[in-house]
Amino acid sequence: MIPFDYAAPATVEEAVALLAEKNGQAKILAGGTDILVQLREGLRRAELVVDVKKIPELTDLNYSPETGLVLGAAVPCYRIYENAAVAAAYPALADATRIVGGWQIQSRASVGGNLCNASPAGDTIPPLIVYDVVCRIAGPKGLREVSAAEFCAAPGRNVLEPGELLISLAFPPVAPHSGSAYQRFIPRNEMDIAVAGAASWVQLDPAGKTIEKARIALAAVSPKPVYAEEASVWLAGKPANEESFAHAGELAKKVAVPIDDMRGTREYRVHLASVLTRRTLADAVKRAT
Amino acid sequence: MDKRAEATDTPEYKVIGTRPVRHDGADKVTGRAIYGADVHLTGMAHSRILRSPHPHARIKSIDTSEAEKIPGVLAVLTAADFPELEDKIAHLGEGSVNLAFLAANCVAKDKALYRGHAVAAVAAVSPHAADEAVKRIKVEYEPLPATTWVLDAMKDDAPLLHENLRTDEMGEKGDKPSNVASHLHFETGDVEKGFAEADVVIEREFRTASVHQGYIEPHVATALWNEDGRLKIWTSTQGSFTCRQQTAELLQMPISHVTVVPCEIGGGFGGKIAVYLEPVAALLSRKCGRPVKIIMQRNEVFEGTGPTPGSFVRVKLGAKKDGRLTAGQAWLAYDAGAYPGGMIGPGCMCVFSCYELPHALVDGYDVCLNKPKTQAYRAPGATQAAFACESVVDELADALGIDPFDFRLKNAAKEGTRRVDGPIYPRIGLIETLEAARNSEHWKSPLEGENRGRGMAAGFWFNVGLKSSVSAHVNPDGTVKLLEGSTDIGGTRASVAMQLAETLGIAAEDVHPIVADTDSVGYTDVTGGSRVTFATGMAAYEAGLDIRRQMAERAALLWECDANDVTIEGDDYSANGNSMTFREIAANLHETGGAVVGRATVAPEGSTNGFGCHIVDVEVDPETGKVTILRYTAAQDAGKAIHPSYVEGQMQGGAVQGIGWALNEEYFFDNQGAMRNASFLDYRMPTCLDVPMIDTIIVEVPNPAHPYGVRGVGETPIVPPPAALANAIYNATGVRMRELPMSPPRLWKAMAEKAGSRE
Repeated sequence: MIPFDYAAPATVEEAVALLAEKNGQAKILAGGTDILVQLREGLRRAELVVDVKKIPELTDLNYSPETGLVLGAAVPCYRIYENAAVAAAYPALADATRIVGGWQIQSRASVGGNLCNASPAGDTIPPLIVYDVVCRIAGPKGLREVSAAEFCAAPGRNVLEPGELLISLAFPPVAPHSGSAYQRFIPRNEMDIAVAGAASWVQLDPAGKTIEKARIALAAVSPKPVYAEEASVWLAGKPANEESFAHAGELAKKVAVPIDDMRGTREYRVHLASVLTRRTLADAVKRAT
Repeated sequence: MDKRAEATDTPEYKVIGTRPVRHDGADKVTGRAIYGADVHLTGMAHSRILRSPHPHARIKSIDTSEAEKIPGVLAVLTAADFPELEDKIAHLGEGSVNLAFLAANCVAKDKALYRGHAVAAVAAVSPHAADEAVKRIKVEYEPLPATTWVLDAMKDDAPLLHENLRTDEMGEKGDKPSNVASHLHFETGDVEKGFAEADVVIEREFRTASVHQGYIEPHVATALWNEDGRLKIWTSTQGSFTCRQQTAELLQMPISHVTVVPCEIGGGFGGKIAVYLEPVAALLSRKCGRPVKIIMQRNEVFEGTGPTPGSFVRVKLGAKKDGRLTAGQAWLAYDAGAYPGGMIGPGCMCVFSCYELPHALVDGYDVCLNKPKTQAYRAPGATQAAFACESVVDELADALGIDPFDFRLKNAAKEGTRRVDGPIYPRIGLIETLEAARNSEHWKSPLEGENRGRGMAAGFWFNVGLKSSVSAHVNPDGTVKLLEGSTDIGGTRASVAMQLAETLGIAAEDVHPIVADTDSVGYTDVTGGSRVTFATGMAAYEAGLDIRRQMAERAALLWECDANDVTIEGDDYSANGNSMTFREIAANLHETGGAVVGRATVAPEGSTNGFGCHIVDVEVDPETGKVTILRYTAAQDAGKAIHPSYVEGQMQGGAVQGIGWALNEEYFFDNQGAMRNASFLDYRMPTCLDVPMIDTIIVEVPNPAHPYGVRGVGETPIVPPPAALANAIYNATGVRMRELPMSPPRLWKAMAEKAGSRE
């Protein structure tokens, strides 16, 4: 492990200045559950580590039914699933935060960090995509916004430019008659990385019989978590039944272009994409009614 | 609930069979126990090891000059620092080893034979400096083709690991170099005749992946080379004396110059018998004049130590319509890893060990390939063999329409049965164990629901005797200090101390067991082979008899009578109307001649035998192939359970390791022969959420070769799980899985193929 400097700025401006000065040689520390391991194993290098947990905007969790959720980028997972109102409003997010690592990890790791780490298998990313979350980014040139579906660029790479910092994630207010779910497949029952993951969000008609809108996103089946557009669009206007879910699963797996590795074969992951899509749609519909 | 099966005619015991708090419990639960990583000596240097990135490569040159320039570096070591060693076989108690191979496994000489093979080491003032220096060592490799699957390595055109290795076949050497180190052959009767008599013959092939012992404590050693030539080593080992012997032989020094201090051990399961770090730390210490400590990282443990063999096994069994087995044939190829001497011997001995077979033929091959040198893992070699045999037995019973218990009971080995490798069983408890399992509430209760199935399998492992020595000092307060040489992996301080307490008629808490270093206790073989409670327990019993005799003499002195007139009942000594307790006599030790020291050395001949039977209920997700274990019961003959909680713990731990082996654990190699999952994240051992409570049934058929009837219990429980699970999966899905692990992608694919062939 190479020695590095440490700074804990108290404002976004200070943090951005530090990051800009190092021009890519600074790394951001929130929960540290990824970056510390990566630094120790030599997978990433840093001259400076910038701890962002002293910046109020990054540790705020602000929810109201009218305006939705603004989630500071460094808020640890447990604060999401332990907040009954937030967990009820965004159940796919609660599902995902409950299964990232174990309790120790969940008390440190943040959703913002999970997104910035840009793992293809990041559990909290598909929920962000199906909620159509807006990522608020500060940088030397000011603020900008990027949709969650566009935030990851490649395995381990995101769209942040040198000097930029993810501030918060803005979730829209909960639509009426909507529900969502996230599931992943792992061979064990904990302490594992998703072989495949799927999040589904649906909005039903008032009678609860027909899907009006749907969004599906997949993890661990492509270089970055991916929005399954064709399946999502197809579901609009379809009856909320097993047949629709199964067909959506078949459509969703078209966006799956996974690799063969120690966590699963390509063929198996494509298959899981359809199974998990179907299962999360069924859950999401149940939660919507 | 105490679920031990009722045994008749068992003596009344005061201590044996009770569940006292373990003697080392407080230190362990409060974090005070001293493990290898807790050793900190003044001026201690830290070492890191450079490992080969290639699975097979010639080492053309090593340049350490840049590493030596790093500030804080104290010494750099390569294979050139080891003494020249001829091919010499050293006997290590359980198993033997060629010293030249052992040395080359510690640090590669001319070739790296597996990815992770140690190539050089650095000692420095800090781990960070050592880390940095290791990166500056320049090694010029010539990569060679590699092979990691046993059948590939046996082919004529396979890359050769050792230019001089020729197949040993009944003492005869083969005529050309080969990766096949030896071919074993066992035969009884006439298999052709036996198969001709059969009404049904089934022959199947099985494959298993390499799996690691998975101990939570990585290998660690600290060595201090004194200027007068004495060497002291603190380490995590299953055998302090075998560690002493290996280190002394590799460094070509007298064993009396080496002291090994066994620290508390965080799991071994067979993987902490061979030395890796001790000679390296010792040579670095000699070079730099300081104590040197080496701790492996987890990836080094996976890539540089263990694992147990991957295997290919073909089993053929024939039976009459009434279920009587007529013949069995097995062909087993086990990988030995980089150097000869894998687990093929016990694999051959165990494959048919549960059954009476009039005609049997077993061929086994020990095969070198580009993986770490394989090591023992809990009943080494037996699990792979039982997976094959118990799967075919199940299929045969199914084909004949016979209940799997009835089939096994009809053919079960018993007293007088001759195993294919020769020995004739003394009194054993397989039939009682099968009956206890069949009579269990688990087997009798119905299993309902879709995609669910129940399976069972039997298993066998030896109890080796080997050599154990103990001494025990009586304190004036009536307690007894017990010095033993068996490192305590599975609660053996308690089980050995309890046997001494029983012999002396005192409380378990009044015996204080200590695992002593190699200077402080007589030679004791490794903790392995399910032998410690059996053999070291026997030594404790005999030391107890020695103490009783001496205590009777002290009483006789006090009462001015003949020691032969003293009668002993429990802890009560009496003669001529006088009577004193053990404690009262102890209070008079100083007045009657000083300390009483009991001692004993035992070397029980041959091997006794432990049998088990497991039952498992599973549910298979038909869409993902994931297996959920709904219920699990392990039954086993313990002979006599000294401390039932630790017997149950062994049965549960073994079952869980077997479940991991069966369902998810495997060395995953890429097409370059590199392991891709050298972490506990991706090498998927079961977590506590993956297994239910393992129910246990202790069967007690006393071992006639032990004063308290003990049979070792540590290893047998890992043997049945893969076969029991495969049989349960078949009953749930109709698919026979013949390759381990039966991981979700594999099972899903097998189910999909079966569904496809039905359509």
